Amino acid sequence: MWSIIHKMGSPPWFFRFSGTLVRWLLPVTISLLLVGAFWGLLVAPPDFRQGNSYRIIYIHVPAAVVALAGYYVMALAGAVSLIWRIKMADITMRAAAPVGAVLTAIALVTGAIWGKPTWGAWWVWDARITSMLILFFLYLGVVALFQAYENKTAAARACAVLSLVGTVNIPIIYKSVDWWYSLHQPASIKFTGESAIDSSMLYPLLLMILAFYCLFALTVLLNMRADLVWAHRESSWLKQLAGGA
Amino acid sequence: MYFDSLSAVWFMDGHGFYVWLAYALTAIPLALTVWLPIKRIRQHWRWLQAEQRRAASASLTGTNEAGV
Repeated sequence: MWSIIHKMGSPPWFFRFSGTLVRWLLPVTISLLLVGAFWGLLVAPPDFRQGNSYRIIYIHVPAAVVALAGYYVMALAGAVSLIWRIKMADITMRAAAPVGAVLTAIALVTGAIWGKPTWGAWWVWDARITSMLILFFLYLGVVALFQAYENKTAAARACAVLSLVGTVNIPIIYKSVDWWYSLHQPASIKFTGESAIDSSMLYPLLLMILAFYCLFALTVLLNMRADLVWAHRESSWLKQLAGGA
Repeated sequence: MYFDSLSAVWFMDGHGFYVWLAYALTAIPLALTVWLPIKRIRQHWRWLQAEQRRAASASLTGTNEAGV
């Protein structure tokens, strides 16, 4: 266990490992997204009440689910970087922030588009939607805060603190549909007990959630690699790799 | 397959505009989040290789860092 963590913290090892992983993840992610979108858009039956507008669920829910999970990744990496001062954790945190921001924005935008034919409004100040908007600003805050500091060690520390403080928002988002009277519907997929969604609609949704998780992993790894190549441009291991290629 | 014609896919019983708009506004930013770091890695990588060639030719001709 510790040897794996030790290896993960080593840039040369991580660079080679992530290179192999990315080469696998890229075609897998694209295939999953294409199959999931095809299934959700064209094969799955329309919803009994909402008709075809419900097909937005196949991008809206996966984007929102992974945006939330991604925040945990970012905050956890932030904690590791704060406590153990591991450089790779800091790079992970910074790589996750823009991806999380994009996913949260997608969840908000697709939600707004879905809201128009369903609720009759693009935007409502609903508890779930407002707390997702706060999540979006938290992600943007981490990106902007890092840019704002001249001293990058201090910047990383400030970003880690911000992302840790922001975790308060995550259970609020999860519970918002139960705590407040909300226009947004509660979760339809449950890990325990029967899901409130038919399997003909559930399977493509699960596939898309898996696809979005793969996409998150892929883009975070790509961002980390881009960061590493530049940060280590003077290192002999990277020069060797570039020379051999 | 639920729909029986291409125009039915496009129209989606009146919801086509919303559904396709949502999918387009998802596909474009997602493609960018994958493509931009790949482009950045490639740029850095080319820079590294060019740097190596410069270093190699400098050592061959016996010139120093300043090129004299």
